[in-house]
Amino acid sequence: MKKILVTMLVALCAVSLFAAGAKEASNQSVSTDGSTSMESVVLSLAEVFEENTGIVVTYNPTGSGSGITAAQEGRADIGLSSRSLKDEEVASGLKGTTVALDGIAIIVNNENPVSDLSVEQIAALYTGELTSWAEVGGADAPVVLIGREAGSGTRDGFESITGTEDVCKYNQELTSTGAVITAVLSNPNAIGYASLSAVDDTIKTVLVDGVAPSEETVLSGEYQIQRPFVFVTKADAELSEAAQQFFDFALSTDASDIIADAGAVPLV
Amino acid sequence: MNLNERMNVLFSGYKANPKRLVEDLIHFIFLILGLITVGCVLIITVYLIISGLPAIIEIGPLEFLFGTKWASTASEPSYGILAFILTSIYGTSGAIIIGVPIGFFVAVYLAKMANKRFKDAMKLCVGVLAGIPSVIYGLVGMTVLVPAIRLIFNVPDGASLFAAIIVLAVMILPSVINVSLSALEAVPHEYEEASLSLGATSTETYFRVTVPAAKSGIFTAIVLGIGRAIGEAMAIMMVAGNVANMPGLFKSVRFLTTAVASEMSYSSGLQRQALFSIALVLFFFIMLINAALNFIKTRSQKI
Repeated sequence: MKKILVTMLVALCAVSLFAAGAKEASNQSVSTDGSTSMESVVLSLAEVFEENTGIVVTYNPTGSGSGITAAQEGRADIGLSSRSLKDEEVASGLKGTTVALDGIAIIVNNENPVSDLSVEQIAALYTGELTSWAEVGGADAPVVLIGREAGSGTRDGFESITGTEDVCKYNQELTSTGAVITAVLSNPNAIGYASLSAVDDTIKTVLVDGVAPSEETVLSGEYQIQRPFVFVTKADAELSEAAQQFFDFALSTDASDIIADAGAVPLV
Repeated sequence: MNLNERMNVLFSGYKANPKRLVEDLIHFIFLILGLITVGCVLIITVYLIISGLPAIIEIGPLEFLFGTKWASTASEPSYGILAFILTSIYGTSGAIIIGVPIGFFVAVYLAKMANKRFKDAMKLCVGVLAGIPSVIYGLVGMTVLVPAIRLIFNVPDGASLFAAIIVLAVMILPSVINVSLSALEAVPHEYEEASLSLGATSTETYFRVTVPAAKSGIFTAIVLGIGRAIGEAMAIMMVAGNVANMPGLFKSVRFLTTAVASEMSYSSGLQRQALFSIALVLFFFIMLINAALNFIKTRSQKI
């Protein structure tokens, strides 16, 4: 009896595996590949798009660099990048279309009294010019710099905006936004940066030049530490019908609420 | 001879003895399964060498292995992995220095001194310790150990080589305990009885007779521990801070394993190739450890 049950269960598992595979293959699909920071935006868009059209949108979280390469090599219909395309990437026949903006929030531990920093101060903290919180109006304690690993879109965005490329003296380089937030939460002297969409009330965000990071301030340009979310496509090749549909949907006004719900700032 | 005749010759033996067909078939299947394992090792080795060598050649072997600066995405990138190599060596040695004595004495205690019920309970715990996924070691290390180190040692940040050493020391405990334990238990009782009958106390007997007799097993345990420690990535990525510093006990450091793991997802071009080269160096270390393990085994068989 037990044996039969086990056999049936195994068979069921096997059949469901094939069934799932078969279903995916029979439908039209759009493949996206790239920035991990864009995960919540792309997945929310994909969910609504699939409900409306029945077209499945796959998302492969590999990072901006890989996403751009994937678009170039044709491995993905749409590459996702959380930075603007570089000149040489545009020259190689790629086109970037900004679908949303993302603010990078500067986070400190909840016990930290510092609540307003200028971009220059943030840069000075991260380059090691200022090493004590006392120098920016906080307690007399060493500053612990938390950042992301080399190649991360958030790190690239943060460093290029603050002008600290390659000179940040990190104490920790972590591989995900969640890890950065956890590290900052657990160390009273820590400062970190994270995508605005990933930050909630549990962690203290500082004002940058007196401006709090929010949708309005990012869109108006008042909040300075922000970056674009870009769809990367080939300039000379046409998208498949399904991919073009998804592309248009993401730029339409219908999508703006979804993008906002996902924590980014829609353009329209 | 046409094909049919050949087949007839080939199968005539099986016709006379159908059981042999089944036997040979089974042997063949097992051979294939064995070859799959060998094939995996070969493919990985060849792939690592092919994908790891170009970057080493492009960067220059000396500059790659002994360069102290790693800045893979800088506008003027530099790829020196000495810091990673030293960190891996220091981290592993630290874990061995802390983990092996604890594991060894626990094994002696369990093998010779503990009563049976306690021994069974403790062996169960060691088994559970061995089964805990490394990401959980990392998670606990990150949320408990790292803040604790910051408070106890009064350093700005607890994510450091020291935190990684502690985590690794705990992670190698199960393999050190289990392998030493079975080595100690395999020592014939007559040895101990002879020693006891000559008037040695039981503790003297354990450390002067049993432990030397189990020497090669204990060395094996240590080498296995080294192997586990040097290959671990997930747990230490969460507690070591991952900055490419030259190692220091309370500095944020990056190991060979975490250097590959943390940058792989976003890497491209020479950076990616250099990561494969780091993997090749790590693979070389693991090979050395395996060679050491084999050396110990063959030597102990000779004695």
